[in-house]
Amino acid sequence: MITNGTGKTVVRLHVNGEASDVMICSADTLLQTLREQLGLTGAKRACENGDCGACTVLINGEPMHSCLCLTIETINQPITTIESLRDSAIQQKFIEKWAIQCGFCTPGFILNCQALLNKHPDADDETIEEWLQSNLCRCTGYQEIKEAVKSLLPKGSAS
Amino acid sequence: MIPFDFEYYRPESVTEAVKTYEILATQDKKVLFYSGGTEFITFSRLNQLDAEAIIDLKGIPDCHQLELQGEHLVIGAAVSLNKITESQLFPLLGQTVRKVADHTSRNKITIGGNILSRFIYREGVLPLLLTEAKVKLAGSSGERVVPLKVVFDKQMNISPEQFLIHIQVPKAFLNLPFVSIKKTRMSKVGYPIVSIAALVKDKKIRAALSGVCEYPFRSPDIEAALNDTSLSKEEKIDKALGQLPEAIIDDLQASRDYREFLLKNTLLETIEALEATQT
Ligand SMILES: Cc1cc2nc3c(=O)[nH]c(=O)nc-3n(C[C@H](O)[C@H](O)[C@H](O)COP(=O)(O)OP(=O)(O)OC[C@H]3O[C@@H](n4cnc5c(N)ncnc54)[C@H](O)[C@@H]3O)c2cc1C
Ligand code: FES
Ligand code: FES
Repeated sequence: MITNGTGKTVVRLHVNGEASDVMICSADTLLQTLREQLGLTGAKRACENGDCGACTVLINGEPMHSCLCLTIETINQPITTIESLRDSAIQQKFIEKWAIQCGFCTPGFILNCQALLNKHPDADDETIEEWLQSNLCRCTGYQEIKEAVKSLLPKGSAS
Repeated sequence: MIPFDFEYYRPESVTEAVKTYEILATQDKKVLFYSGGTEFITFSRLNQLDAEAIIDLKGIPDCHQLELQGEHLVIGAAVSLNKITESQLFPLLGQTVRKVADHTSRNKITIGGNILSRFIYREGVLPLLLTEAKVKLAGSSGERVVPLKVVFDKQMNISPEQFLIHIQVPKAFLNLPFVSIKKTRMSKVGYPIVSIAALVKDKKIRAALSGVCEYPFRSPDIEAALNDTSLSKEEKIDKALGQLPEAIIDDLQASRDYREFLLKNTLLETIEALEATQT
């Protein structure tokens, strides 16, 4: 059984393919730990309520709101943050398609898009729509973001 | 940031979870079971909830089952809403929970957490109320399987020392003709103004609603009105509206009149869609 008392404890996380020891309380969210202990500030703190997607990371390959995960819940699970997608095809497409304005929402979108492409390389418009509804962009660059994802689908565009 | 600290336990079996609760209870600790944890985290962050210890049920294999066993579909309390939809084992439930929150949140929100939620919506329970589902509970007095309708009246009425292990849905209900409709204020993602799950069993409509009153419900009187063959569709709906268990919600999301208007339209859509499946 995994247990953790009150107060600080050192636990091992698996982030971007590396094992990292962090000092946490049970109450710490993964978002807090990534930003404050590991310096991985790509996951953004915004609503902290599961509404905006700015804090999205991949846990076991699935997109999750890191503001709605306790760090202690993620022990023994592979975590992927935006820092590991440097120079990835999806990052390049976001640049090419101008799918970025202020950039605050971009890490969350890119991770969600990467997970979508991994899980549904044949995604149709409805699936893309459903997945992207999890992320808000205040600069409203949604169309360009959809184009960036679609350009990486094998057929170049969804049905 | 959650403004208080707590002890965290992630047992690996039902027995270990029950034992852990008992030990903590003898220490007079305020203990909470959870599965997805999203509601625990959001309410705690806002100081609307506190606990000295939490027992995370995600480590228990029995709470992760999602499979046909004999005459039932077994759905573990810790199964995420997306897994239920992706499995396609119970399409009405899959489509209903697909409208809860957003795709990323549904990777973490569990069916157990949804039906035991403090929010008034609990949309995941709607299909279950239509299907003679049973729930398996665990607690100090052991494990027991009870009909959902015995423990669910407006909300799940179980004691703090009990937790939900899984839900059992009879196979006979899994592939009946159904509709699942949700109306929200603006975007596709949002709390329901009206949410309905309905199916046809033995040529009779069964329907359960959320968002209309302060709790999700299934009403025999509403179903009797919807199945009254002597009435026109419009008359059925008027009669059904007269059978609501309490006044329609009137809040910032939607006025009572607007909710009633949407409810009428939704009931009409439901009747028409289900009639179409019978021809
Ligand atoms: C962004 C967002 C949007 C949402 N939109 C909707 C919506 O449209 N419709 C809707 O119906 N809901 C909606 N919700 C609410 C959501 O369904 C509930 O908050 C749900 O409780 C979250 O599930 P969880 O598994 O994370 O819950 P948890 O945090 O694990 O638990 C919720 C409650 O249930 C109890 N509990 C959990 N599992 C068990 C168990 N196995 N046995 C006993 N008690 C248990 C916990 O003690 C807690 O009180 C939304 C939530 C979010 C974050
Ligand atoms: S900061 Fe996590 S969803 Fe908004
Ligand atoms: S680019 Fe500014 S919020 Fe999306």
